[in-house]
Amino acid sequence: MRRLLIWLPLGMFLVFLVVFAGGLIKPEGRVIPSKLVGKPMPAFALAPALPGKPGLSSAELANGQPHLVNVFASWCVPCIAEAPQLRQLAEAGVPVYGIAIRDRPEDLQRFIERNGDPFRAIGGDPNSSVQIALGSAGVPETFIVDGKGIIRKQHIGAINPEDVPGIMSALGDAK
Amino acid sequence: MIAEAGLAALWLAAALAALQLVLGWMGVSSQRTDLLAAVRPVAVVQAVLAGISFVTLIWLFVTVDLSVALVAANNASTKPLLYKFAGTWGNHEGSMLMWVTILAVAGGAVALFERRLNERTLIATLSAQAAIGLGFYAFLLFASNPFARLNPAPAEGQGLNPLLQDPGLAFHPPTLYLGYVGLSVAFSFAVGALVTRDVGAAFARAMRPWVLGAWILLTLGITAGSYWAYYELGWGGWWFWDPVENASLMPWLAATALLHSVTVLATREGLRAWTVMLAVVAFSMSMVGTFLVRSGILTSVHAFAVDPRRGTFILALLAIYIGGALALFGFRVGTVREGSRFDAVSREGSLVINNLLLSAILGIVLVGTLYPLVAEAVTGEKLSVGPPYFNSAAGPLALILVAIMAAGPIMRWRRDDLKATLTRLAGPMLLSALVLLAVVLLAPGIGILPLLGLVAAAGVGVASIAPLWGRNLRRTPLYIWGMVVAHLGIAVSMAGMAAESAFTRETLVAGRIGEEHRVGPYSVRLDDVQPIAGPNYTAIEGTVVARRGNGAPFTLHPQTRNFPSPQTETNEAAITTLLDGQLYVVVGRSDDEGRWQLRLWWKPFVTLIWLGGALVAFGGLLSLIGRVRREMRHAPPRETI
Repeated sequence: MRRLLIWLPLGMFLVFLVVFAGGLIKPEGRVIPSKLVGKPMPAFALAPALPGKPGLSSAELANGQPHLVNVFASWCVPCIAEAPQLRQLAEAGVPVYGIAIRDRPEDLQRFIERNGDPFRAIGGDPNSSVQIALGSAGVPETFIVDGKGIIRKQHIGAINPEDVPGIMSALGDAK
Repeated sequence: MIAEAGLAALWLAAALAALQLVLGWMGVSSQRTDLLAAVRPVAVVQAVLAGISFVTLIWLFVTVDLSVALVAANNASTKPLLYKFAGTWGNHEGSMLMWVTILAVAGGAVALFERRLNERTLIATLSAQAAIGLGFYAFLLFASNPFARLNPAPAEGQGLNPLLQDPGLAFHPPTLYLGYVGLSVAFSFAVGALVTRDVGAAFARAMRPWVLGAWILLTLGITAGSYWAYYELGWGGWWFWDPVENASLMPWLAATALLHSVTVLATREGLRAWTVMLAVVAFSMSMVGTFLVRSGILTSVHAFAVDPRRGTFILALLAIYIGGALALFGFRVGTVREGSRFDAVSREGSLVINNLLLSAILGIVLVGTLYPLVAEAVTGEKLSVGPPYFNSAAGPLALILVAIMAAGPIMRWRRDDLKATLTRLAGPMLLSALVLLAVVLLAPGIGILPLLGLVAAAGVGVASIAPLWGRNLRRTPLYIWGMVVAHLGIAVSMAGMAAESAFTRETLVAGRIGEEHRVGPYSVRLDDVQPIAGPNYTAIEGTVVARRGNGAPFTLHPQTRNFPSPQTETNEAAITTLLDGQLYVVVGRSDDEGRWQLRLWWKPFVTLIWLGGALVAFGGLLSLIGRVRREMRHAPPRETI
């Protein structure tokens, strides 16, 4: 009994190590998914983030066509990394809509000039209220929405080149 | 050049740590006195070199040398000087360098000042300390070099996380790190004593000031951290059972248990194996805490914020140190002679119960903190364990613990009589009964835990002073005063927690300018909201006029601050402290119709929570001074807690 007690702490520690090592090996699952996946887009109406470009409201998004809603900001570095993929998706005919978080028109203008403009419309969300309503925790995040305005999938973090096929097929499923 | 000098000092310090380990190892196993004698100077020089390296990094931050990657990522020339300075450790690499510097300096201090411990045990201790240091040096040099250059240098840095731009938080991490490192010294002492099979009173006395010092700093760190979360996050709560908070609470619980068991060992030669075990556990908890916070395994929201390489490195360090120490414990503890015997009803007995309860609470917190990880590993589902679990599982044990705390100090060593003990406790028990009656009559409907909390606080408050009864107060040793003050502090904190959870009033409204709202005994009116500009942020500031009954009105200025780099919003709650509590006001965003979010709290006696924490730390400090003075006077070994 005493023998067992002496080695018990080491045993417990080994279990702890295995669990932690497991947690480190697969880091991709470590995200907080939005509770809204499978539910309709929350209602919102955002003013245009850029002069000369339309703003965004939830009513427009239930337009019978699957599309992407990209939550981004000009001050966000990973957003620069995902810009080529968004352009590629837009060129393939995917409707891409943007929600610019806590941004200023002049910064956004510069961001678009530098990284291209895949967006059909960009709503400005100066105080993150729509972002919070969406259950999004940071930038960038992308929501795949079907034609009825139901959120089908949430992509957290930048869209990397290897993510594009998955997003295309998810859009196909959302038809 | 300066950055390179810092890096060179770091490499040299690492080399000396390796030398310290090897010399110590060879000296202890071969008993060669020349080798043993060489270890102390090496430890001191290692401390000096690590110190130079850290001071270099501070210099780079204060002068905003943007050609250093770490400075560019965490500093900005517009920042106030205090935060340039504190920015040194407000980031991963800098905080790790601070960790290893404190570790080396503590090792140097042991080498310089510890003279009463058996030489071989002391050198084994210094070797263990060098081994811990080596792991962290390797971590810094191979996985997170703080002196890495950035080419080309940017024109401006990215700043420090605005949540951390607070004087309290600038000094919060160093306090906790000093505490963690104090526990690492206790751990090294335990390893040293196991290596030389020298677990006895001398070892306990050598270790005790370090445990006490670590415990004081952890107490201060946790108290300050709790107050920071309370006023900075703007959520009105003071403890959230968040993994980061638990990361500092777990070593504190283990250190509290260790502090009590080490005194039994120093005084009565009892609880030998248990004390060694606790020293290992306490340091393990500070390492686990560091791992949880640093690897991002629990707190990260986005996958790209995680750094698995660093996580893996710390995990390897954990495996080597803790696994190694526990294995050493398993092999060696059988050869540790059993200590002195005692009856179940005795001061030792009450301290054993204290230790078991603290360990059980530690287990509850550990399980609650790790459960989400385990659950995710097994089922793949994300979940979180919240306050309901922690409060209902740990709360009752904490209540029993404070009841034991009332009884322990008035019991005799070795053997006591239960009836006599209860007679001595008659006063506190009577007072508790009166408080119970009063609270039930005056505040019906109060929850059971807050009710018992108030009752226990009253009883323990009185009982904690009992050891002073009938003593000549001027000749009472300082460490007795320390114990009395620390126990009183626990009672004060407990009263604050119970009062806050039972009597807090909360009002959340969206209000227009000029509207009156009520919270508790106050009427509160939002008079104005204006934009203002700070040194490196913009903010909106509300002007809120509050008034209690027909009393004089007073004005509060809550702010919501917006920092541009990195883009962050913080709430600066406006808090008015009154004798019987705090009025806590937060102004949030406005909606489209010109209404402002107002969050108002009236929190009776909430300040007692932190006042109690400060008292606990102050009691610890009195004890530490008392113990150190006594050791220096070479007093006879008979002593009491």
